[in-house]
Amino acid sequence: MFTQWKKRHWFTVLLLTLCSSASYGQLNIFACEPEWAALTRSLAGNDAKVYSATTAQQDPHHIQARPSLIAKVRRADLLVCTGAELEVGWLPLLLRKSGNAKIQPGQVGYFMATDHVSLLEKPGVLDRSLGDIHAAGNPHVHLDPYRIQQVAVALASSLMDVDPSNQQTYQENLQAFTLEWSKAISQWEKQAKRLRSKRIVVNHNNWVYLERWLGLERLAVLESRPGIAPSSSHLGEVLNQLAVNPADMILHADYQNDKPALWLSKRTGLRVVSLPFSPTKEEGLVDWFNRLLQPLLSAAS
Amino acid sequence: MGQPLLMAAITAALLHSNLALADSETEAMKQQLDALKKEYGQAIKALEDRLLKAEQSAKQANNQTQELAAKVEQSKASGPTASGQNSFNPAISLILDGGFASFDNNPEGYEIPGFALGNEAGLGEKGFSVGHSELVMSANIDDKFFGKLTLAFDDHEGEIETELEEAFIQTLALGDGVNVKAGRFLSEIGYLNQQHAHTWDFSDAPLIYRGLFGDQLIDDGVQMTWLAPTDLFWQLGAELFSGSRFPASGRSNGIGAWTAFTHIGGDIGVSQSWQLGLSHWQANGVEGRDSGGHEHDGGEAETPSFSGDSKINALSLVYKWAPNGNSNSQQLKFQFEYFDRKEDGEVIMLGSGSPPEMTSYDGHQKGWYAQTVYKFKPQWQAGLRYDVLDSNNRGSDADVLVEAGLDNEGHTPKRYSASFDWLPSEFSRLRLQYNHDKSYEQTDHQLFLQYTMSLGSHGAHQF
Repeated sequence: MFTQWKKRHWFTVLLLTLCSSASYGQLNIFACEPEWAALTRSLAGNDAKVYSATTAQQDPHHIQARPSLIAKVRRADLLVCTGAELEVGWLPLLLRKSGNAKIQPGQVGYFMATDHVSLLEKPGVLDRSLGDIHAAGNPHVHLDPYRIQQVAVALASSLMDVDPSNQQTYQENLQAFTLEWSKAISQWEKQAKRLRSKRIVVNHNNWVYLERWLGLERLAVLESRPGIAPSSSHLGEVLNQLAVNPADMILHADYQNDKPALWLSKRTGLRVVSLPFSPTKEEGLVDWFNRLLQPLLSAAS
Repeated sequence: MGQPLLMAAITAALLHSNLALADSETEAMKQQLDALKKEYGQAIKALEDRLLKAEQSAKQANNQTQELAAKVEQSKASGPTASGQNSFNPAISLILDGGFASFDNNPEGYEIPGFALGNEAGLGEKGFSVGHSELVMSANIDDKFFGKLTLAFDDHEGEIETELEEAFIQTLALGDGVNVKAGRFLSEIGYLNQQHAHTWDFSDAPLIYRGLFGDQLIDDGVQMTWLAPTDLFWQLGAELFSGSRFPASGRSNGIGAWTAFTHIGGDIGVSQSWQLGLSHWQANGVEGRDSGGHEHDGGEAETPSFSGDSKINALSLVYKWAPNGNSNSQQLKFQFEYFDRKEDGEVIMLGSGSPPEMTSYDGHQKGWYAQTVYKFKPQWQAGLRYDVLDSNNRGSDADVLVEAGLDNEGHTPKRYSASFDWLPSEFSRLRLQYNHDKSYEQTDHQLFLQYTMSLGSHGAHQF
């Protein structure tokens, strides 16, 4: 009898310790990508614990529903992700396994950035022979600062919904962010004038929002189909195409395999510009955009 | 007279000098005042300038913000897309699986000494065959429930068998880490069991899964899991099953089997992750579990039938390494599972005449496998697997045990496997696999060429 009591107490104590280790009062935010983690940090300030499920070195599409991620989602008050099927392989699984009602689709804690902006390149034909395409459109909206601003506005109002007691703070943080961001945009646009109409070749078709913003002209994509590694025959075609219609540079996300880009560079003499596709762990959005534009600017000069 | 004149002159002189003095003082003061004026003027001018500048920059910032707002307004979405009747259809995916198999021995004669095989245990068809095709439908039902259905199509000796592999609902909104699942589903015992066969890294089940579950443990019932609110992944769960399917009895009413399990897991840095699982399955009062048994030379088919209590303990460990956590380009996956089953009851040979042959049964079967799969390039992976089983079954009538296939015949079943996969995209896989199979005394060389394709909605990237 006594041992049974002891056993039961031991379990209760264990449970209490576990529950108390969960932090109260502080908002737990699960961001799928580092760019949304950075945005959330600037809007939520110090009142939130922001976790990014992926790093700048990972392909956000090919993530497994790891135990550690399930544990993080379990405790999240708000989910900030890209949406548009970018996380289709792992996010639904995390949500189902989490046992967390707050961040299920349709709840205030479920925030998808692409729900708040218009998407480019919505495919007219949905067929997997065209590669791993996203039915809703190209999901990489974080490369357009204006869309980031739109997302910021929507995210601030989501934060206010999730945590009404700090509405004032979120409002102020949004104002501060907007001011800083708009100043930065005008500065970048001044600097990036010389990039207008530069002709580029990209490795994977994930730069479309940056191209639109800066007025870059995309001549070719090294992957013949999105998500499928470039074939040598397709690379040959690109090479022939560039002989007729030369480009200015090759763009390449630094987390991706750079071999195809280097191969093409060797044959064409074109400069390979390796760009950070997402901010690093603690980096802010402005710093990251500066770092993103720098290699482009120096390649264009 | 002279004196007053002098006085007057002096006074005048003094006065004059006084006046002159006053004059020069005024001048100095004037100068000072002018200097001060000038100084203040400059300061005020500077202040005015600064104010003007500030006003200008505020105006500029305001303009920029307005400009931004205007641009944002411009690029705003053009509203939701039109929705038709079918936009709420569940996510549908189809798994096509098939290939070619070659065996040295006759696959019909397959057995594992010490294990009475049942359910789908076996080598499958020789030559060309369509394997295990699946139709999967799933969706969130509302904000409270998720539902999933999996239909499996098998070609069994010329006949198409349709099997309801999974049909369950699951809660979404209970919160506090609690999930409840009800219906027919894959039990969470072990690690591999909860994954569909087409996601496995080898084209056949580990020997221990084949020996204990007939490849996979599926049953009807409810499952409840709880996830601890900790950074370390820690899940506790239990399942109650009808026990109507192998390796429970098939004839039981009510709750025929139950499981309890726990999984813990986490990451080590960015590149490594792991999961450890302990699970227990138990069926008390199994009544008449039939299995394939041991073939007689030309004799009539006799079916061994077990009744009694059965319990299984399992341990599983999974470890994955991918540089920078980018498993798409490179990944090493190690997996180990150990199972141990103890049974107590009796075995009757059905169809052995009247009265039927029977024996008391005290069984102990165990086994493990370890496998490593290395994805060395985005589209290529290779794997190695080792299986080994052991059994120590006793009964009052040793001959009946032999006939039931429960005698290990002094043989330790083993198997070595190697696989080589080509993954052209996330949705397709071609596999070549070789088994050096010592399941029974006569060593078999097995070769599989298998395709597995996934059509329709995007599959899940399970851990």
